[in-house]
Amino acid sequence: MDTRELFKLALGSLRANKLRSALTTLGIIIGVFSVILLVALGNGLQAYITNQIAGLGSNILFVLPGKVGGTQGPGEGVNKLTFSNVKYFEERMKSIAVTSPLVSKIGTVKYMNKSNDNTNIWGTSSDFPEIIKTEVEKGTFFTKTQETSASKVTVIGSTVVENLFPNTDPIGKKITISGGRYTVIGVSASKGSSFGQDQDNTIVIPVTAARKQFSIDLANSIYLSANSPELVDLVKKRANEVLLTRLDEEDFTIMTQEQTLETVNNITGVLTLALGGIAAISLVVGGIGVMNIMLVSVTERTKEIGLRKALGAKRKDILLQFLLEAVMLSLLGGLIGILLGLGASAVLAAFFFATVTPWSVILAFGFSMAVGVIFGIAPAIRASRLSPIEALRYE
Amino acid sequence: MKATHVIELTDIIKDYVSDEIITQVLHGINLTVKKGEFIAITGPSGSGKSTLLNIIGLLDTATTGKYILNENDVTKLTEDEQAHIRNKEIGFVFQQFNLLKRISVLENVILPAIYTGTNKATREAKAKELLTKVGLGDHFYKKPNQLSGGQQQRVAIARSLMNDPAIILADEPTGNLDTKSGDEVVGILKDLNKQGNTVVMITHEAGIAKQAQRVITIRDGLIVNK
Repeated sequence: MDTRELFKLALGSLRANKLRSALTTLGIIIGVFSVILLVALGNGLQAYITNQIAGLGSNILFVLPGKVGGTQGPGEGVNKLTFSNVKYFEERMKSIAVTSPLVSKIGTVKYMNKSNDNTNIWGTSSDFPEIIKTEVEKGTFFTKTQETSASKVTVIGSTVVENLFPNTDPIGKKITISGGRYTVIGVSASKGSSFGQDQDNTIVIPVTAARKQFSIDLANSIYLSANSPELVDLVKKRANEVLLTRLDEEDFTIMTQEQTLETVNNITGVLTLALGGIAAISLVVGGIGVMNIMLVSVTERTKEIGLRKALGAKRKDILLQFLLEAVMLSLLGGLIGILLGLGASAVLAAFFFATVTPWSVILAFGFSMAVGVIFGIAPAIRASRLSPIEALRYE
Repeated sequence: MKATHVIELTDIIKDYVSDEIITQVLHGINLTVKKGEFIAITGPSGSGKSTLLNIIGLLDTATTGKYILNENDVTKLTEDEQAHIRNKEIGFVFQQFNLLKRISVLENVILPAIYTGTNKATREAKAKELLTKVGLGDHFYKKPNQLSGGQQQRVAIARSLMNDPAIILADEPTGNLDTKSGDEVVGILKDLNKQGNTVVMITHEAGIAKQAQRVITIRDGLIVNK
């Protein structure tokens, strides 16, 4: 029997049971659709985070308190990044890197009768904009002198501007930060939000002022920018040596941008896999639907199978006829699912992040075909093995 | 004159085994059918006539014995080889017509040819010619259930002729038909026989059996007359 004949046969019987075929296909459509959409979502997220991190610059390093991968995570246990340690560290690193400690607090910022809640208050050195690119839209960042003298000056983010200065120019105005009065000397450019967190709901003050304001002697982290990308490895090595003269191995972690990327990629990779895996389960469920309907179809058409065999159909002919039906069902579902998945990803990409990767489409297509073969083969074999006499007698 | 024998059955024995109990259905059948014969096999139900027809039609295999069909030894064949011979050499006409409801009358007649690989135009022309021959020239594109029982059986006869088989095996072809349609169907079989086709028909109706050239009666798995 030739291929065209086979296709005609399979199509004919799918058409004869339109509703049933459509519902069976729906299972595959949902499976393929969710694989594509969720994998696109995971990839989009990964690309987004990678971009964000890469946007910071490739020569950035961080020193975090505690040990990553140790018994205690970074930030847990006792923070030993005291400012005497920070100062000692900075002096020994300044020939090859720009450094800045970071003190971060969350608090309320007020101007007149208006207030802005949950503001990220960052205490940094005047070099901070050199390390993490911070564009000051209006006014200036604070200077080394202002840092040294612990001047009560601040650079505020756009969300803070919107909430406190809806109609006025904030430059020169005095705002209250956790009880201290600070003069606004600059407004930083909007960075948007990431993971539902508003990056513009931030104000930066000199680290010296922050220490006084909050009476703290510990840095949350130290930011470093190697003088050139080639120096990153050297900076890391030096930083490690310097910190070890004062601290124990498990008291700090130095992360390079590359490591950060790697860690993030690992996490988002697992996330993408997990999302794809969950979606793949629905594809398997869809496949079971195909198998179920094919088994029903074989039973229903026992007499037809008997007749075809009596008229000369070989095992292979019957096997292929039923297998092709199953594959066509799942391929049709696969194609529709891919189209819907692409559409939904495009819609999602417009206001969230979603990147369709070719491999997820190829995988979904291949997978739906495999589902057809895997779940179609058992019913097809059953059909091909029917004895013609028994089958003809079947009522 | 051996060449003129279409069917030669020698000492055919058929046992059925179920739950370790062996039941012998055919006790040693010897039968030859000459080319161009029209024979009727008759006997009470349970006599073994259907089993014999299944063996002749290569739908079933004898436990022991020898079967020569159209000069070929077909005693021991694989399932697929049997399918091949059924396709080429045997035309089946069933009591239940066994037409596929989903497809047209024409496609039903074509059915045996799609497993042969005959090209589309040839087989379609042939099917139309056969349908016209059995008096259904106006019904090519109807669905089987739009036809009467007698007409459906005529479609089945046209289908049995599709691949120019050596024999036509008819299993109670009139069993589901009223007398008039039954007579028409037997009439067509007789006409086909006159044109040279070999016909083997099972029936339990004496009146139908009488119309064959030769009547073979089976009782308890043995031929009781020749």
